[in-house]
Amino acid sequence: MGNFIYKRSLQSLLSLALLIILVFFLARLTGSPADLYLPLDATEEMRDQFNQRFGFDDPVYVQFGRFVVGLLQFDLGESIQYSKPAVQVVLQAFPTTLMLAAITMPIVIAVAIVTGSLAAFRPGGMFDRIASLISLIGASTPNFWIAIVGVIVFAVWLRVLPTSGTGTPWHWVLPIAVLCLRPTGVLVQVVRSSMITALSSAYVKTARAKGVRSRAIVFVHALRNALLPVITVASDQAAGIVNGAVIVETVFGFPGIGKLMIDSVLLRDFAVIQAAVLVTALAVFIINIVVDITYALVDPRIRHS
Amino acid sequence: MSEPRLLEVKNLSIQFPTRKGIVHAVNDVSWSVDQGETLAILGESGSGKSVSASAVMNLIDTPPAVISSGQILFRGRDLLQASVEQRRLVNGKNISMIFQDPLAALNPVYPVGWQIAETMLVHGIAPDTARRRAIDLLGRVGISDPERRAQDYPHQFSGGQRQRIMIASAIALQPDLLIADEPTSALDVTVQAQVLDLMKELQRESGMGMVIITHDLGVVEKVADKVVVMQAGRIVEAGEVAKVLSQPSNPYTQRLLDAVPGRHGFSVNKAAEAGPTPLLEVRNVSKVYFGRLKLFSSAPQPQVRAVDDASFTLSMGETLGIVGESGSGKSTLARMLLGLDVPTAGSIDFDGKDLLKLSAAETFKVRRRMQFVFQDPTASLNPRMTVQQIVSEPWAIHAGVLPKQQWGQRVAELLHKVGLLPEHAERYPHQFSGGQRQRIAIARSLALQPELIVCDEAVSALDVSIQAQIIDLLKELRREMGLSYVFIAHDLALVRDFATSVVVMYQGRIVEQGPTEQVYGNPQHDYTRRLLAASKVHPGALAA
Repeated sequence: MGNFIYKRSLQSLLSLALLIILVFFLARLTGSPADLYLPLDATEEMRDQFNQRFGFDDPVYVQFGRFVVGLLQFDLGESIQYSKPAVQVVLQAFPTTLMLAAITMPIVIAVAIVTGSLAAFRPGGMFDRIASLISLIGASTPNFWIAIVGVIVFAVWLRVLPTSGTGTPWHWVLPIAVLCLRPTGVLVQVVRSSMITALSSAYVKTARAKGVRSRAIVFVHALRNALLPVITVASDQAAGIVNGAVIVETVFGFPGIGKLMIDSVLLRDFAVIQAAVLVTALAVFIINIVVDITYALVDPRIRHS
Repeated sequence: MSEPRLLEVKNLSIQFPTRKGIVHAVNDVSWSVDQGETLAILGESGSGKSVSASAVMNLIDTPPAVISSGQILFRGRDLLQASVEQRRLVNGKNISMIFQDPLAALNPVYPVGWQIAETMLVHGIAPDTARRRAIDLLGRVGISDPERRAQDYPHQFSGGQRQRIMIASAIALQPDLLIADEPTSALDVTVQAQVLDLMKELQRESGMGMVIITHDLGVVEKVADKVVVMQAGRIVEAGEVAKVLSQPSNPYTQRLLDAVPGRHGFSVNKAAEAGPTPLLEVRNVSKVYFGRLKLFSSAPQPQVRAVDDASFTLSMGETLGIVGESGSGKSTLARMLLGLDVPTAGSIDFDGKDLLKLSAAETFKVRRRMQFVFQDPTASLNPRMTVQQIVSEPWAIHAGVLPKQQWGQRVAELLHKVGLLPEHAERYPHQFSGGQRQRIAIARSLALQPELIVCDEAVSALDVSIQAQIIDLLKELRREMGLSYVFIAHDLALVRDFATSVVVMYQGRIVEQGPTEQVYGNPQHDYTRRLLAASKVHPGALAA
């Protein structure tokens, strides 16, 4: 196991390095920050001064070298818009997003496993048809639309929930509900098809011949075998949220990493973009390691190979 | 009224609705079994032989299936009238069942000890007792070091051991009846015999009744007292085993008996008598698979010798049988003959030319003269091509062999030759049965008029009577066209009928080779003797 994690870390480090290089240069293609931060009639002298302050006057490769040296010392530069270290800005926004993911994913997984398993127990039955239809709708409805409809219905018409921002627990209800919808729809379908395969397997037949109760057949025998694809898809969804639930955070004015990234791209705040990409990539890397360990826990064949 | 039977199936009829209409899986089927008795249900795939037993275990989902008539009486009580919960309590406790493929039938993610204990747990035995008894049972069915092995998972056991584990779980509560659905079909021959012996032994100890569902006459002969023969959902013959096998009254039973390999004389190599011309010479061929070298480790590179120093010669017109268990290296050897794998050492000469030293163009030419038939015709025929396209594809690859205008006519000839009809040319593989598909594969292999055909387990996936038909076809083609065959099989009896000489492989090595008659009549190597002893050839009992 230790050896495995070590190997995976090396691989991830490589992709992380490539990603950082890519982000560094692509961000600089968007144009000069000076155009955005200085008044339109700024003099050449003011521009030079601005560029000098943030180091934009040096050739790109010198900037990159400085960036790499800084990176090695955990210094990711200074945010232009906040005049604070970029890392600090990112680490302020990140917990909000993490919290969103940490609440959303357990709900998604629990609902999907129960619904999908029950639907798979009698494929084509009434419950299966209703669950399949609803999950299909959930999986295919655009997030931004359902978010806006949610705001209109619950915040504007019924006035039971706030429209946007943070502060009270009530502020979290709509964003999380919207965030759950799509992943749940997708995951129900994955659980259902995976469970149908598992329930038609020979070991389930054996369990029936042993006299095992239906509930134990579904949740003890079939479910654990059906989990691998479910874990794969769920981790992908979790990574998606951690990467920034951009649309939901933007619609609900949630100060998470997704919103921060969009704002920083628009404002050419290179240091923040780089720091945000680095932090989220690390988080995704950790998710992947956790998933690999979960695989091994669930399936002994993976543990022994 | 006399004592009720242990289990009696009476006039059972079950239908499955399918897209093509209603299938009568079993039709007015009756059989019974008593304490201490063994009943065999014999039939080919699709005969409905498993269906009535599955109904006993409540493994048939209704709907979609419909049980339209009949009774299943267990000690006089009709299980079909019992509630789901009552039947669940019978399963595993009074009647238990084991299945064909023990790797699939055991849950891959739970330790085997737990799986055996589970049978006891669901029927109310305390966890501690169940765990202890599971370990005892593992020892009883012949798993060594049961205490430790109980913690292991199914994939860590061999096929035979897995079936032993299944048996341990099935007998955990000392059931009155054990139903075994093709319990040995997925196992190697030597292992088959051991598993059957174990089942008989357990039956003697406990006096349980057994129902064995099989397509294998050898199994019937070895373990059963009574047999019912099924065809197309009906029982066509029933009675004492000795009687049915010696005096079959039904033509279908007769055909089944006749199809058993090993009942006819040895093949004699006429060509060899006239002075052999070597066609294929394999000299000191080895194949070593290297594992991955570990970085920063001084451990030697791990290696597996799949084939170790194999040599044999195949003469023109001869048929060489290569026999061995799975893992014996026979398939690796075949892959090297086909050029799908390159030997680590040694040489393979075809008609005097070393295949390994030929240029690409020369290899291409030689390929025309060597053709192949694989085990699974479903997988080796492209499902999106018609039979016409499949059979004529070799001519498209080897341009200039046959002008395109003649393809249609030649395909029709080839189909006729393998016992199919010209109008089959426009159909797709899925429209044929397994045996017919293998005929298509053979027609394709004949397209280039080869001198040698390598058959890798070419009939293993087929039913016995179909096997016999395909072997007859191959024999006929051998006579007509002077073909040579390399025939790879794990079934000794098949090879005995067909091959002129035999190579026996064991753990990558050739342990014995020679003319078929000599190897069978006077086996030298211990492994060959074991194979023969375990094989289903019992000339005495079956020589009708």
